[in-house]
Amino acid sequence: MKKLFKVTTKTIVATGLGAAIFTLLFMFVKIPSPIPETSFQTAYGLAGMFAVLFGPIAGGLIAFIGHGLSDAIQYGSPWWSWVIASGVAGFIYGFAFLKTKVEEGIFTWKDILTFNIIQIIGNVIAWIIIAPLLDIVIYAEPVNLVFTQGAVACLMNCISAGVFGSLLLWAYSLTKTKKGSLKKGE
Amino acid sequence: MRIGLFTAQKADSFVHRLSGITKLICFLVLTGAVMFSYDIRVIICVMVFSFIVLKISKITFSQIKLMLIYVVIFLAVNAMLTFFFAPGYGTEIYGTRHVFLKLFGNYDVTSETLFFIVTKFMKYASVIPLGMIFLLTTDPSELASSLNAIGVHYKAAFAFALTLRYFPDIQRDYKDISQAQQARGLEMSNKAKFWDRFKRALSIILPLILSTLDRIETITNAMDLRGFGKFKKRTWYRRRKLTKEDIFALLISLVILTATIIISVFINHSRFYNPFI
Repeated sequence: MKKLFKVTTKTIVATGLGAAIFTLLFMFVKIPSPIPETSFQTAYGLAGMFAVLFGPIAGGLIAFIGHGLSDAIQYGSPWWSWVIASGVAGFIYGFAFLKTKVEEGIFTWKDILTFNIIQIIGNVIAWIIIAPLLDIVIYAEPVNLVFTQGAVACLMNCISAGVFGSLLLWAYSLTKTKKGSLKKGE
Repeated sequence: MRIGLFTAQKADSFVHRLSGITKLICFLVLTGAVMFSYDIRVIICVMVFSFIVLKISKITFSQIKLMLIYVVIFLAVNAMLTFFFAPGYGTEIYGTRHVFLKLFGNYDVTSETLFFIVTKFMKYASVIPLGMIFLLTTDPSELASSLNAIGVHYKAAFAFALTLRYFPDIQRDYKDISQAQQARGLEMSNKAKFWDRFKRALSIILPLILSTLDRIETITNAMDLRGFGKFKKRTWYRRRKLTKEDIFALLISLVILTATIIISVFINHSRFYNPFI
């Protein structure tokens, strides 16, 4: 049985490798947006996919480690407030873990809807509440600046996780054999 | 696409000899001090200190050139953004208003905002050398054991170690798939339009992820067979005992942190240093 917060060896390995892909996508596969310091990150689609497949702990750690590591490689030091917000977003995506059965090859429109409602809730909490608040507390950034950046990031990450994440999950579900797909010959 | 991640060189210096735990704690303590303080005098002291350590650790300029360029662009954009979103932010913080240069509308350049922006610029700039020293002199596998030593659960530390271990592999896979696509005639270089390149990059990701999911199975089995996660604790091959040098480095960092906090609490009475009153 799947349990929401159970950490198996597979969760650990998926976290490690997922974070490595997240780092790669975060640095190289993105579209810069008109608002500086934000960009359309395909990495959140990947975080969404892994969170659905391996649960909230994996999702949260993947986004946290991946974002922190790519910040460290590019800028020498992570921007902690957004790294933490990333972790929270990934963690919340993971609540779709129990509600879907992608591992069994099932990913219907209803599952897409469930996943998207959860990822939108996660993105709103992470980018409109947590990231700006931490920016103000830790870095004393101007209020309207951080909320603008937060809103833009929220919108783009919703699209990334929604479109790209759903597509990845759908493609993955096709590679899995459905339960009871074998029929007895006539 | 060529990023030498954690290219922990095998050079021998005071910083290289410190254990991973020491370097991790020093990094967190010193960056914590700079994050906390908005006093430009403290920040400049830490900055000078971190450049001295950079010198001691024998890191050459060519190693950090690319990072520096990224950081300077990032900080310049951040400074401009701060000004355009909140031209009166300095007044809000320091309580006074000295107009320095008149621009259109309420976009007057005040000395207060300028001072805030310069302080912020120095603040972030002083963290960068610390990050670089930490990343370039620490051995990746020692880093995981250090995380565990400061209280991170070993499973999370192990996940981080796996990330560091497999990042180069995944980078190589990405390159392989990309070259396979190019051999079939898909243009991936600068000659293609940005949007086309982006779409093609996406088509590389799916095979990359599916092959990674297979690899996850393999590694999981290998680790399970070796009994990973059976106990609440584990030992680390790369953990070192603390030496006198480690204690010395830890003490210096703690002194800097304490001094920062004391200056904020007793001299500035806030996180900000206010030269305007």
